Amino acid sequence: MTKPHLELTNVQMAFDTKDGPFIALENIDLKIRKGEFVSLIGHSGCGKSTVLNIVAGLLQATRGGCVLDGHEVNTPGPERAVVFQNHSLMPWLTVYENVELAVQQVFKKSMNKKERREWILHNLKLVNMDHALDKRPGEISGGMAQRVGIARALAMKPSVLLMDEPFGALDALTRAHLQDSLMEIQQDLNSTVIMITHDVDEAVLLSDRIVMMTNGPSATIGEQLHIDLPRPRNRVNLADNPEYVHYRQAVLSFLYEKQRFPDKGGEEEAGPVVEAEAPEQEEDTPESQSKHAESPVRRIA
Amino acid sequence: MTTLSHTNPLSHGQRWLRALTDKLTGPSLAETGRNLLLPSIGIALFLTFWHLAAPQVLTSLGAFPGPADVLEQSGQLWQEHNDQRERAAQFVTMQEQRNERILAENPDAEVRIRSYPGSPTFIDQVFTSLGTVLAGFVLATLIAVPLGIIIGLNRHFSAAVNPLIQIFKPVSPLAWLPLVTMVVSATYVSDDPMFAKSFLTSMFTVTLCSLWPTLINTSVGVSAVNPDLLNVSKVLRLSFWTHVRKVVLPSSVPMIFTGLRVSLGIAWMVLIAAEMLAQSPGLGKFVWDEFQNGSSQSLSRIMVAVLAIGFIGFLLDRIMLLIQKKVAWNE
Repeated sequence: MTKPHLELTNVQMAFDTKDGPFIALENIDLKIRKGEFVSLIGHSGCGKSTVLNIVAGLLQATRGGCVLDGHEVNTPGPERAVVFQNHSLMPWLTVYENVELAVQQVFKKSMNKKERREWILHNLKLVNMDHALDKRPGEISGGMAQRVGIARALAMKPSVLLMDEPFGALDALTRAHLQDSLMEIQQDLNSTVIMITHDVDEAVLLSDRIVMMTNGPSATIGEQLHIDLPRPRNRVNLADNPEYVHYRQAVLSFLYEKQRFPDKGGEEEAGPVVEAEAPEQEEDTPESQSKHAESPVRRIA
Repeated sequence: MTTLSHTNPLSHGQRWLRALTDKLTGPSLAETGRNLLLPSIGIALFLTFWHLAAPQVLTSLGAFPGPADVLEQSGQLWQEHNDQRERAAQFVTMQEQRNERILAENPDAEVRIRSYPGSPTFIDQVFTSLGTVLAGFVLATLIAVPLGIIIGLNRHFSAAVNPLIQIFKPVSPLAWLPLVTMVVSATYVSDDPMFAKSFLTSMFTVTLCSLWPTLINTSVGVSAVNPDLLNVSKVLRLSFWTHVRKVVLPSSVPMIFTGLRVSLGIAWMVLIAAEMLAQSPGLGKFVWDEFQNGSSQSLSRIMVAVLAIGFIGFLLDRIMLLIQKKVAWNE
């Protein structure tokens, strides 16, 4: 295999609390190649966002590190653009100005005024938001605002696009629509994407690989599932595709049988045997969970 | 273009008429009526109560003035102002005529025009007060907003100055006044002063008392910027100044304006007290002079001043609100 595009090695993340250090992540190892679409899935509080924030440079790993194209990541930067859960547009700027703020900052030197304007409009067109250039975020719907957030991230020409539950706050129809747009855009630009999600269908539909995380504290990568469905993918046709159903079941089984509830690792019975990668993890996880319960590190509810 | 300018006033007039007739008929009328009715009832009840109660309150200067007395005195004060203006204009014309005569006799003669030495009228005092309060308020804003931004951005600095703010915030203007007076007269020494000392004293007192709400609101607004937006700023690697200009400042504008409105209200209240105590020109001095004067009309005239103070305060707040609506993104 060639050198990975993005590599997380032995990452540990501890937060200082007044009850001593809280280990959120432990031993995260992840290699991502260029153009790959990776989803991080797991229960709430398992540290998915922490992983994303470490890649973004918004958090510093306490041990291990993140390397992008041979450079260590330790500060945030536009080459790792982030799409936040709540669009995070500046409410006082218009749609155009929000993207402009990013483009002006990133391409201050490399583009002239006219090129920048065209580039802003191009990206807004990509997400079908070129009809609302002069609207403020408060005047458009949440789905539209999220599109603009995506346009702003794409406009930075990032080498990795980081998305933190980008469609979590949207209704099902809008979400499906945006997922389709994202699939198209990702295929056109061949961008590397890391996306956090709670939604199993979303993860299977969009990803090349699903990274499933165990429950915290000391969360780590439980299983990884490669999705070998041909692209372009169509949600309607996939709905009764046996492979798709199988992948879906594998993720569901991980989430609801092996990792049913945070902090209740030992209680569940063995579920139906599902073909999935890294089967040895199945026995491992409940054990490691009960180990954590006895460990000196205190848990935070 | 010419046809446009010909038709425009007409159509504009028509539109205006239409708007007016709309207001006076149908549901719009009912709406306007509802909006005006209750406030009118409130004011009418207050005036009736005032009218009935005032004669019952006897002072050494006669009965407390009722609404009618106050109305009469406000007309009187307006009249005095106009008379004064006329006399001042005459005074200047007289000097000009005299100067012309002197120049006709001797072209090299030095001539000058002295300003009218009469005492300032009520209206003059109103404008003096307005000027002073605006100067003090602007100075307070210039200090409070930048300082508030620094406090909001820097946790350590905030912790260092917070006790000082908490201690100085509740200080009454009257306590500051003697100190400010002494400091101004000691430090502002000039043969040809640009500002009167009384003006500076009132202004600094206003500044000292009115900067706190703006300071506190600005710092709270700055420290409460949505963390997601701060992350956006970090991802974009905005420089410190761009970060302040493009993210922090716009984000805290609504809070800053809330502070500014409270500050302006306080500034106006403080100014009247400062003028009364320091005898510096303005509405406060007018009130104090009338009180010392002790004529049978004094109380009515003071009441005119009281109402004027309230009305101006209300107008100032409305003006701030208008500016806020223009500037702030959330309005």
